[in-house]
Amino acid sequence: MKQFLSFVRKEFYHVFRDKRTLLLLFGLPVVQILIFGYALNSDVKNIGITVLDNAHDVPSQQIMNRIGQSEYFIVREPAADYNDVQSIFKEGRVKCAVVFGPSFGEELYRSGKAQVQIITDASDPNNAKIAFGYLTALIGRYQQEMNVGSAMPYVISTETRMLYNEEQNGSLNFIPGVIALIFMIVCAALTSVSVVREKELGTMEVLLVSPFRPVMVLISKAVPYLLLSLINFVVILTMSYYLLDVVVRGSMLLLLSESILYIITCLSLGLLISNVTTSQQAAMLISMMAMMLPTVLLTGFMFPLENMPLPFQVISHALPSRYYYIIVKAVMLKGLGFGAVWKETLILAGMSVFLLTVALKRFKVRLA
Amino acid sequence: MKVLLFILQKEFRLIFRDKIILAMMTFVPTMQLIILPMAADFDVKNVNVAFIDHDQSTTSSQLMRKVMSSGYFRIVDLPFSYNEGIKLIEDGSADIVVEVPLGMERSLIREGRTTINVSINAINGTKASLGGAYLSTVFADYNREIDLPMQAPSQGAMVNVKQIELVQQNWYNVRAEYKYYMVPGILVLLLTIIGGFITALNIVKEKELGTIEQINVTPIKKWQFILGKLIPFWIVGLTVFTLGLVVMYVVYGIFPEGSLLTLYAFAAVYMMALLGFGLLISTFSSNQLQAMFVAYFFIMIFTLMSGFFTSIDSMPNWARRMSSMTPVTHFIFVVRLIVLKGSSFHHVYQEFLYLIGFGVVLNGLAIWNYRKTQ
Repeated sequence: MKQFLSFVRKEFYHVFRDKRTLLLLFGLPVVQILIFGYALNSDVKNIGITVLDNAHDVPSQQIMNRIGQSEYFIVREPAADYNDVQSIFKEGRVKCAVVFGPSFGEELYRSGKAQVQIITDASDPNNAKIAFGYLTALIGRYQQEMNVGSAMPYVISTETRMLYNEEQNGSLNFIPGVIALIFMIVCAALTSVSVVREKELGTMEVLLVSPFRPVMVLISKAVPYLLLSLINFVVILTMSYYLLDVVVRGSMLLLLSESILYIITCLSLGLLISNVTTSQQAAMLISMMAMMLPTVLLTGFMFPLENMPLPFQVISHALPSRYYYIIVKAVMLKGLGFGAVWKETLILAGMSVFLLTVALKRFKVRLA
Repeated sequence: MKVLLFILQKEFRLIFRDKIILAMMTFVPTMQLIILPMAADFDVKNVNVAFIDHDQSTTSSQLMRKVMSSGYFRIVDLPFSYNEGIKLIEDGSADIVVEVPLGMERSLIREGRTTINVSINAINGTKASLGGAYLSTVFADYNREIDLPMQAPSQGAMVNVKQIELVQQNWYNVRAEYKYYMVPGILVLLLTIIGGFITALNIVKEKELGTIEQINVTPIKKWQFILGKLIPFWIVGLTVFTLGLVVMYVVYGIFPEGSLLTLYAFAAVYMMALLGFGLLISTFSSNQLQAMFVAYFFIMIFTLMSGFFTSIDSMPNWARRMSSMTPVTHFIFVVRLIVLKGSSFHHVYQEFLYLIGFGVVLNGLAIWNYRKTQ
């Protein structure tokens, strides 16, 4: 035990010596949380809009006033004709144009029916759809108000509740993803590099001939990164609580133990990588390309999994982060208990047992 | 000049000698450009709906058919109570619960209005707001065409009713397909990663191996060495860009609407700025691991802030200002404009000035910070 502790201490010295990496290690989650929390917004606002008003009558002016008052749109200078709209769109600041025909108001008053044309810049498709949705709602409300008195006979309205996230806080979706990603970087990438570095420098030989059991050498390598990850975990949760008002709804204990399980899975992965590689470069490339990229891509926190082609969805089942992400979302955001996530927990546990066994089995006590 | 040519010769030999790096620069981006757009599809389709029909009337089943046939929704279940519906949201099999209250049809006929409860899982913001928007469009449509026989008694009132019909036209991307938005963005991203990482790593490698000292003791001037490093990667970057454009055309059928000359002018200046960035990182780092981490850190921030997947317009002011301070933002903006909308130079000359500014500042800092002696 005393031997083990002194090995762990040695590892800590290594970690704390490299100040720049340490800084990045803690800087990365902080910056990511700040960006995801404050800068990135999933609800679309401030859409630049222009008008091609061939009618210049009261209803068209009123509609444009409505649009101008809405927080979703910023009305830019009006266009003179279609070519002008084209050229305004090409400058890229305006994403939407409202076109009134020359007899818009007349038709509206005479026949009760009139058309408004909405041109959207669909080079950004989601933006175009959302803008059209906003305009539909806006003009629909205007139409209802015009019709007060001669009210439309039947109206079905909806009462919408946003579950789990009433203020539509955009960061909710990202935080579990950021946690999963950070653990993957810290545990898999740093652990594997730190083991391989000893191999590269030749100090691994010294460790192996010591009276200490070889497997314990590996385990003592993993301990500092386990602790660092837990500190990171606490930092992320505290920041998201104080800065982003994200509250852990479920049991904290459950969340913590699930996280430790996931960290162990990642550490086993890191050890496995370090066993099959011989240079820091290779270890780095493998953990970047084979671990981080799939984690970002296929976990589901950035890119919706259900839209992906089938092979991708199949591959995503092999990623530990996918299950961890589901667990964190359920426990942290929806406040569910163990009953809801036992399946995912079991899969994660199975994965880490498997990876750890393979990693320890493949660990060569003798250098070739 | 002659010295510079020799350095260039050396650099090109080094690049072509390392097969792994060569593969990393050509094969990997091609694969990524093919694979990534398939994975990064933010189009919201197939929103799963649990439809609770307490009313079991003609109107409610019409409404359900309307929701089903809109093309956006998949009705996954017809639970009998709200709690059952919430369970479906909890285990992730439904995104939206629509609850039609008892007596909905009756109150619609008697009072002319009724309310339907909609509960949306809002953890995924985009899906929630788009799903909600689709649903209200469906209901608005239904309102307009509610069975005419039912309206017969109030026919008189209908005469005065005014209706404004909205007609949507999607420009530049008629079917609103997501790949048109993503592919040019990913092309820029790959160029950024290659340009930024490879320059940073290359110079640090010379530091680590000690060969930089050998160069430092030669009469090679600082500017000659730096230019000798930059020019090969500048050419490599533009080659990768060309490769990307070919892949974009062959695989996705996207050919730049605007002039290729403008596109290349921007790419050339952007590469310059990027190489300055890589150079700057390499002057700060002492080994490849550090260089890689630092480059990763900044490129990640640049990418997240660049408007690559979220609109810059909806960011708060400070974030918008920050995002305009990275070259990636400007280049993604311009490439999308030129490739998709065919903007010409006079539409986007401001961005050109920005990129030149970045090039000058980043390269200036890097050269200033690069020392021949420790």
